[in-house]
Amino acid sequence: MADAVAERPKPITSRHDPRFEVTLYRYVGVEGAHTMDAYLEHGGYQAARKALASDAGEVVNTVKASGLRGRGGAGFPAGVKWSFMPPVDGRQRFIVCNADESEPGSCKDRYLMEDDPHQLIEGMLIAGWAIQATKGVLYIRGEYWHAYERLMGAIEEARARGYLGTNVLDSDFDFDIVVHRGAGAYICGEETALMNSFEGLRANPRLKPPFPAQAGVYGLPSTINNVTTLASVPHIIEKGADWFSAMGTDDSKGIHHVQISGAVARPGVYEVPMGISYREIIHDLGGGPSSPAKAFIPGGTSCPMFPYDDEHLDLPMDFSAVAKAGSMLGTGAVIVIPEDQCIVDAMYNVTRFYAHESCGKCTPCREGVATWLPKMFQKLLAGLGTPDDVDVMEDMVKNLRGTAFCPLADACAWPVQASLQHFRNEYEHLAQHGTPLHPRKDRWLA
Amino acid sequence: MIELQTVTPFFEDKVELLDEILGRYPDYGRRSAVMPLLWEVQRAERYVSESRVAEIAEILGLHATEVKGVMSFYSTYHGEPVGRWHLQVCSTLSCKLAGSDELCDHLVETLGLVPGETDAEGRFSLQKVECLGSCTTAPVLQVNDTYYERVTRGRLEQLLDALKRDEQPEPWRERHGDNAGLGGAPLAGTTATAAAETGEAAGVDAETTDAETTDAETTDAETTDAAASEAAAHDEKEGGA
Repeated sequence: MADAVAERPKPITSRHDPRFEVTLYRYVGVEGAHTMDAYLEHGGYQAARKALASDAGEVVNTVKASGLRGRGGAGFPAGVKWSFMPPVDGRQRFIVCNADESEPGSCKDRYLMEDDPHQLIEGMLIAGWAIQATKGVLYIRGEYWHAYERLMGAIEEARARGYLGTNVLDSDFDFDIVVHRGAGAYICGEETALMNSFEGLRANPRLKPPFPAQAGVYGLPSTINNVTTLASVPHIIEKGADWFSAMGTDDSKGIHHVQISGAVARPGVYEVPMGISYREIIHDLGGGPSSPAKAFIPGGTSCPMFPYDDEHLDLPMDFSAVAKAGSMLGTGAVIVIPEDQCIVDAMYNVTRFYAHESCGKCTPCREGVATWLPKMFQKLLAGLGTPDDVDVMEDMVKNLRGTAFCPLADACAWPVQASLQHFRNEYEHLAQHGTPLHPRKDRWLA
Repeated sequence: MIELQTVTPFFEDKVELLDEILGRYPDYGRRSAVMPLLWEVQRAERYVSESRVAEIAEILGLHATEVKGVMSFYSTYHGEPVGRWHLQVCSTLSCKLAGSDELCDHLVETLGLVPGETDAEGRFSLQKVECLGSCTTAPVLQVNDTYYERVTRGRLEQLLDALKRDEQPEPWRERHGDNAGLGGAPLAGTTATAAAETGEAAGVDAETTDAETTDAETTDAETTDAAASEAAAHDEKEGGA
């Protein structure tokens, strides 16, 4: 056993590693790749054939062994989540795809659904088989009209050719997908709020437990995964768990999709092995900052920012390493903040987002996130703040942490707290002088 | 709003559509149809009136307040008609860092509307919206259902001119990084090539010196087809720019 460990090749943790191949995004952006013919030509649905011919438990074990963790932000091991489903008891079971991509900075799921929707359909089919769910629910955010049209087209094709419907691929398994459009609510990305929304209720989150595996959609056993998580599954089944786990770190395996935006030379979505450094992401893939940078957000606006320094740039893209450094890997949406951007103004923008998206269910979030915090920012930015206000804000965000019903309040409070920690001088400057340290600048491209 | 005239029910002559929507959900989940039904009305009429809310409630066996409660929870259902061209400016962080504040101010000045307003002719509506999921191609402007990515000043003028003539241009679907396609082939319906010709898309790519080094290294390795064609895609893109 010791020998086997010694012989194991070094894991892939860089895009420079010649062994790395773009897989999920391979055909994204290629004309015509969204059609069934193109997908089949690229070897599509072979993994589904393989999975349906094998035992459902084996599929779960393969995904467990691959180390795949949820790509929607929370990073929960996908195979483990699948194994939470209760034994088959005749009740309807659901596999739900969370395509309500709304974390600011994120856009990986949209391109995947627009340009390679069959990957997701195949992933849902395999996941459905693994947990013995005959119904798939694909909840897509309402603004993604183009992706919705592409998905509907792909589902029609799949039904016509026997990849969805009764006796899928001539097996005994029935599987079909219903696509449900959201209507502009960030909170629907929270799994239980999504389920309420699907059921035609206001999208307030539900109390957990019970977790979706016990009582999900319509109170029936359900498993919910992100788009990229599900789209990874066909590749894991086809190439094997070892292919996936050969990339990344002990804690975080496989591939992720970084979405680089903000002040970088070459913004875009890039498929990367886990364990890649933020320096490689921002400099080698993103082309480096387009103007001097002072901070970067590692995983979408709900993740606390890091100062733009060597210590943080050298962090690997690894769930536990990023957590240990005081933030989250989130959805992999990296936002680079330039030196001349007022941090207070930037964090007001983020706070305004969460204020708009707070569902109003619980008091800390409704009063704190949706009301007082944005008002404090407005007061400061209007030049009416006092030095005491900065302390009050700090106290507020501290009290918001962990006191709300769902993670939305934390998603707002924690990043504000981090900005106070790293750039308190900018808050104090505004409070003392009534003007920002970095005045507003025209950032619009000619 | 109190409506005094009798309104023809929206779904009266759309029996097949109604059956199809209700058929998507199990009998015990009939209420799930509330959002799709609201969408159908809104897409056809650009808003959902009180009488339509009541009609949907009746179809689903709910009270009108229950339907209204769902409708008012979400930000993309409208209680008042929006214009024929509904301009939705994404204003969240990535777009802000790419100038969406200035873009929105420009629209306010040009159209004479503040966010939330519709002009008297019912032609334009302006709305500031939260993250549209097009952060790597910021700033983004959504016109009705269509995304216009990386909206520069020049592009916005072209777009507004076309919309004033009641013509909607093909969407701009900017691609960078791994979503640019293996061979760098332009997507159907894209005007990225046209943009590249006018030099608008070039601004960003031209500065990437670090990135070129990376690509060169990848090419040297030439181990896998994917890596090689990936690099080729980048090279081609940069050469083109």
